[in-house]
Amino acid sequence: MNEYRMLSVTATHGYGFPISSLEAGMSRKPDMIGADGGSVDPGPHYLGIGEPFCSKRAIRRDLQLMLRAAIEHKIPLVMGTCGGAGGEPHLQLLAEMARDIAREDGLHFKMALIHAEQDKGDLKKRLREKKIHPLGRMADLEEETIDHAERVVAMMGPEPFMAALEAGAQVILAGRSSDPAPWAACAQRAQISPAPAWFAGKMLECAATASIPKGHDCLLVTVTDDYVECEAPNPERACTPLSVANHSLHENPSPIHHIEPGGLLDTANCKFEAVSDRATRISGMEWTPADPYTVKLEAAELAAYRAFTICGTRDPLLIETLDDFLGHVRDNTASKAADFGAGPDDYKLIIRTYGRDGVMGEREPLKNNLGHEVGFLVEVVADDQETANSVLSISRTQMLHTDFPGRMCREGNMAFPFSPSDVEAGPVYRFSMHHVLDVEDPLVPFPIEYETL
Amino acid sequence: MPTIREVAKVCKSKNAGPFDLTIDVVFADAETYRKVVESGVLNAGLFARLYGVSENEVLFTPYEAANAFKATIPRLVPSGDIGDTDVYGAQQHAPLLDVELPI
Repeated sequence: MNEYRMLSVTATHGYGFPISSLEAGMSRKPDMIGADGGSVDPGPHYLGIGEPFCSKRAIRRDLQLMLRAAIEHKIPLVMGTCGGAGGEPHLQLLAEMARDIAREDGLHFKMALIHAEQDKGDLKKRLREKKIHPLGRMADLEEETIDHAERVVAMMGPEPFMAALEAGAQVILAGRSSDPAPWAACAQRAQISPAPAWFAGKMLECAATASIPKGHDCLLVTVTDDYVECEAPNPERACTPLSVANHSLHENPSPIHHIEPGGLLDTANCKFEAVSDRATRISGMEWTPADPYTVKLEAAELAAYRAFTICGTRDPLLIETLDDFLGHVRDNTASKAADFGAGPDDYKLIIRTYGRDGVMGEREPLKNNLGHEVGFLVEVVADDQETANSVLSISRTQMLHTDFPGRMCREGNMAFPFSPSDVEAGPVYRFSMHHVLDVEDPLVPFPIEYETL
Repeated sequence: MPTIREVAKVCKSKNAGPFDLTIDVVFADAETYRKVVESGVLNAGLFARLYGVSENEVLFTPYEAANAFKATIPRLVPSGDIGDTDVYGAQQHAPLLDVELPI
């Protein structure tokens, strides 16, 4: 039976993995290795600003070990959603790292760069042709939203990866891709049918997350037309039916319908069976191709600029009158800010109260259970950084010095851990697109460039 | 009466895209899963009550193959937007832990 083996080194390139796990995985002679780069999960900032959400140092370390292993064993290295958000600067960051590592280690290979960032003019044309549709509760896309976007990426399916493999690329660095797509591509190109190929990708995209104990470590998957088998090369971890089934629920609205570029993976009839105490076999997944083929669009737009400070109180008298106190802080801040020309519409003051509802906000059912100390994250957002900084500064002073009934701590209400206490956090982005684009050819939005190193 | 924290193996939350939150409860085996189904406690109405959303905003799916239940609800604020408290949506599961299961 046709059997294809894939090694995912870690959940996100830059999260790290033990070298011993990579070596153990490589000793099983995988047909390819790879690592996904992320998703929309860390929020809109990284897509907007064009920087990775893992450190460059950590990403380079992971990439270097993967490149050495792939070239030594003459297998493809495939990286999805480079740099975490998969925009052009993210892709170029990894491309430059790969070139640098190739020079340093004397490695030679053909590299493909698959671009995912979208041209705004093209998108407007597609919008006018009614080829862009909203997902979920989103409204129809407006041209204005396209204009305001800092960056727009489309999420590729397996086809661009398969084209790059076909062209003989050994190292494939891709912009935004569906998390399972790199793996689904390699398996399908090895003649594995789409359902197990996609399911294998679902398991591999987060690597050892599908094992227990969960950790950032390698996952080895063997896929055939009939099943997917998961095991962790690290002997301290095991893929059990529970750990694998748990991971199959990951980050998807439905546990059974997984919408992917080009089709739907249906896991309703899956069976999870232990084949040893460390490996689990999954079978019974189904794939239905989509018509038309759609790719998801993601974009981030500038929302504001932020400044914040962190402080805490240990004063029981203040904690007893917390709501009134914070109300006075707000009133005093508004009055003082107005004095220097920042009106109520020029900024937003958000006081997050940790120890009460800092984590769940208005969904917190226990917001009256206050402990002996309470932490505050005081945040100001405004249309410009200077306004955010100025209003934060005056609100910080109000947190420290606003009087309250029965106050005994007359020198100050708050403990500030740092000097300076205020942090200028820079631009705040928001996700502005969650739409799909109909495509006639799944390769067209994703141009591929080749270079030989 | 036993609670979810005592009976389940996994109780977790996470983003399902930037606009939705998905909450999973996974049980150890088919027998426990069947008892939980029969108890009728886990349903869209429970999630609507615990999270202050209307029942038709809850996508509730029992998943027998994994001995699991999944509920997906709208986030209060899109991930990372102004006012969000939990960018990854990873700490929104706690209200479920003390739900009693008559099994």
